[in-house]
Amino acid sequence: MTVAVAANFKIALDSLETDFEARTDYKLEAVVGSTGKLYAQITYGAPYDVFLAADQARPIRLVEKDLAAAQSRFTYAFGRLVLWGTDDPAALATSDVKRIAIANPELAPYGKAAKQAISELNLTEATAPKLVLGENVGQAFAFVSTGNAQVGFVSEAQIISLGETEAGLSWRPSADLHDPIAQDAVLLKRAANKAAAIAFMDYLGTEPARDIIAQNGYALP
Amino acid sequence: MPDLSSLWLTARLALVTTLVLLVIGTPLAWWLAQTRSRFKPVIEALIALPLVLPPTVLGFYLLIAMSPNAPFGGFWLQATGDTLSFSFTGLVIGSVIYSFPFMIQPLQTAFEGPVQQAMRTAASLRAPRLDAFFSVAAPMSIRGFVTAIVLSFAHTLGEFGVVLMVGGNIPDRTRVASIEIYENVETLNYADAHALSLILLIVSFITLFCVFLFNRRFPAHVRL
Repeated sequence: MTVAVAANFKIALDSLETDFEARTDYKLEAVVGSTGKLYAQITYGAPYDVFLAADQARPIRLVEKDLAAAQSRFTYAFGRLVLWGTDDPAALATSDVKRIAIANPELAPYGKAAKQAISELNLTEATAPKLVLGENVGQAFAFVSTGNAQVGFVSEAQIISLGETEAGLSWRPSADLHDPIAQDAVLLKRAANKAAAIAFMDYLGTEPARDIIAQNGYALP
Repeated sequence: MPDLSSLWLTARLALVTTLVLLVIGTPLAWWLAQTRSRFKPVIEALIALPLVLPPTVLGFYLLIAMSPNAPFGGFWLQATGDTLSFSFTGLVIGSVIYSFPFMIQPLQTAFEGPVQQAMRTAASLRAPRLDAFFSVAAPMSIRGFVTAIVLSFAHTLGEFGVVLMVGGNIPDRTRVASIEIYENVETLNYADAHALSLILLIVSFITLFCVFLFNRRFPAHVRL
């Protein structure tokens, strides 16, 4: 059974996979990418069974295109955006910050949220020449962790995976700075009758799964 | 209509890369063509590496080396005030490494054999070495130069993986045509992807066609 997962959720999915495989006889395989990239692949017949997106728009569009089962769609998590590398957003405008990594807003909901937050902070102009785009939030994270960008907008799950001391400074935009990152899961049409995929969708809503999701820094619906 | 600035950027990157390669590649290829050093196979293997390595390996190492936390990247930031990753200069460095064998190998082949013999003749006539190179060796190797220049240029036009890893997708700086096509495909913007792809396809074909046409007219070594 193949799960197409938005890059921000990969770490949480690893824990979910271990737990899910311990509870069932099913095997899970993950394909990681930006939500937009995975969406494009699915519309062209990629052999995925479940789509864990980082937004609601693309799962809804898949349902509209009759590529996903309408009644299967639900919000499995609310993502949290984190500015990593500083504890003060004003630093983005200073000369200490040469590069700011974000995920590509066209493809990745975390990138879109980052752009909104930058705009709400009135930093669009000051940061425009510094923005570098990762293909997804995973690459944005890599740009910061290798030191090529001094700061970046990443997901809380990534910061948690580092551990507190390793992560260093970070800052969390308040909820009014960007639209909520509602992350929807959907069962794809080709897996409508696939027991493993249906079992995983059911599992995602159970308490043990919700606990794991929460531990990874997501808010629950 | 797609944004054509990415094509212009790609052309500039290929041009600058080819010029840099010509300047550092010519003496190196010359040295390789005539040396009997036991290090020659090591150097040749190193130069050929980009032919077989995945661009991701090169991109990954470059990302680490260009980081301001690394000695090289840190030095660059101190010296220029700008980071090397996500910059045009960074892409040039990446492209020079990536296209290195495409410049060296045709030149080295051209410089071997008859050219070395002609140089010995010139030396016996007491012609200064540099003088002999430009008036004897270079004209004899014209086919090698054309092949090396065109292949380096065309190969850089087609670069993708390295740029994806160290470029950061910045308009007019690192968003080259191949990256823009990739993004257009991912965002299902097929009209622009088609337009850019077709332009690249035609330009690449014409470039290569010219080389083969040229090579038909000129023998491998021009006899003077």
